[in-house]
Amino acid sequence: MQADTPNLPAGEMSKLTVRSLNFYYGSFHALKNINLDIPEKKVTAFIGPSGCGKSTLLRIFNRMYELYPEQRAEGQILLDGEDLLNTKEDVSLIRAKIGMVFQKPTPFPMSIYDNIAFGVRLFETLSPSEMDDRVEWALRKAALWAEVKDKLQQSGSSLSGGQQQRLCIARGIAIKPEVLLLDEPCSALDPISTGKIEELIHELKSDYTVAIVTHNMQQAARVSDYTAYMYLGDLIEFGATSEIFMKPTRRETEDYITGRFG
Amino acid sequence: MSSAFTPAAQLRRLARHRARKRINAVALSLSLAAMAFGVFWLIWILVETVRLGIGGMALSVFTEMTPPPQAETGGLANAIFGSALMVALATALGTPIGIMAGVYLAEYGQRNWLGRITQFINDILLSAPSIVVGLFVYAVVVARMKSFSGFAGVLALALIVIPVVIRTTENMLSLIPNSLREAAYALGTPKWKVIWSVTLKAARAGVVTGVLLALARISGETAPLLFTALSNQFWTANLGEPMASLPVTIFKFAMSPYENWQKLAWAGVFLITLGVLGLNILARVLFKNRH
Repeated sequence: MQADTPNLPAGEMSKLTVRSLNFYYGSFHALKNINLDIPEKKVTAFIGPSGCGKSTLLRIFNRMYELYPEQRAEGQILLDGEDLLNTKEDVSLIRAKIGMVFQKPTPFPMSIYDNIAFGVRLFETLSPSEMDDRVEWALRKAALWAEVKDKLQQSGSSLSGGQQQRLCIARGIAIKPEVLLLDEPCSALDPISTGKIEELIHELKSDYTVAIVTHNMQQAARVSDYTAYMYLGDLIEFGATSEIFMKPTRRETEDYITGRFG
Repeated sequence: MSSAFTPAAQLRRLARHRARKRINAVALSLSLAAMAFGVFWLIWILVETVRLGIGGMALSVFTEMTPPPQAETGGLANAIFGSALMVALATALGTPIGIMAGVYLAEYGQRNWLGRITQFINDILLSAPSIVVGLFVYAVVVARMKSFSGFAGVLALALIVIPVVIRTTENMLSLIPNSLREAAYALGTPKWKVIWSVTLKAARAGVVTGVLLALARISGETAPLLFTALSNQFWTANLGEPMASLPVTIFKFAMSPYENWQKLAWAGVFLITLGVLGLNILARVLFKNRH
């Protein structure tokens, strides 16, 4: 069932397999023939200058682009070998398997508790005590439990920016997805909150496959196992993070990483 | 810290700075004067209303029916009740329709022709004079049923509520950032649930404010009731009969030469002003609490 995975070293399983993926915003060709394997239970970072298509790629994985009728994807994306672009399966079920955290924190207009429980209730019927457990589990996973355990009924927007972002991560993992997409999750946060979230990403990869888009190259180097460098809609280079940062094979990658452009 | 500018450049900068301050002072005084002009009339109106209204206030205003001319006693009980009943029913009828249409426009109809046409028609309805609405209901309901009725009044008022609620709902929903919708979709939430539990909930305070403002607006509307509910000297809760209302009673009483009627008209004006003021304050408080 597994597609061949030429991009991955031996021993890695491909969780998300991208084959001949093209993407269009109207007539603008935003992603050009992308082929890529995102390894299971590893952190894969996407770097590249603004407009290179890294966020766009992330938004195809959970078919978020479908909300906008002028956007269109062609090609294949396989989740565990199952094509998720050309499938009859309901898009809600795909999104439940592939969680996403956005650039800016987006707490829902409800209590901290309900922010977490909201997504769980969509797919599972839990008893109140099971739900309590799930909420606590998700908040602990997101390293937020200690800070909010006494105010679960307060509004989610009463938290600080960093706490809100961890709340969004908790909300994402509460429904137990298999993949977690992080679209510049720290760009609106201060260094301390960023540090907490980076630690969190480190923890998360024991259970989840994580894909993170970041503008911060040190962050990519710190948190990721694999790195993809994109430029103007092309995937220029993909490899183990240490290789990409220490001895990139492509000149463009080296220029970007050393700050000569971008 | 030493300046990076030459002394001559420094002087020019100071001169520019002073000129900017002068212009600022002039603009500020002009806008203050404009505000004072507006507030002056508003306060005058309020003071007159309170002065003359309080004079007409008595317990009998709330307990007795509208009197014949030059009677010794009398009140506005039937008009107050009629107004409250028709305004409440019109709001109850217009709010769900308005909210649903507003949701359609903001969440579904942004890109299609039906949405655009509805938006256009709603804009016209929103700015249509209320007397036109009154005449319309007169033509389609009153003329056919051959009787003025409270029901026709409710319908006319609801027709004024709907476009206001549609507009505020739509505006409030479009203020909700798309990122919030995307976050809900990203969890696998179906569209109706995104709207109901996330966007509408986030816009709740604004939507309620819109309903309150619509309520305030129809509490004072006279024209749409003149041709529909008309008026009634007596107490009635029967929507099939003509029904008294505060604005129409004020209209009738204030234009009359009878002193007892004029006094009651002022009392009615005072009550409406108080009610509308209260609703506006409530709307503001609600809106502020949420933002």
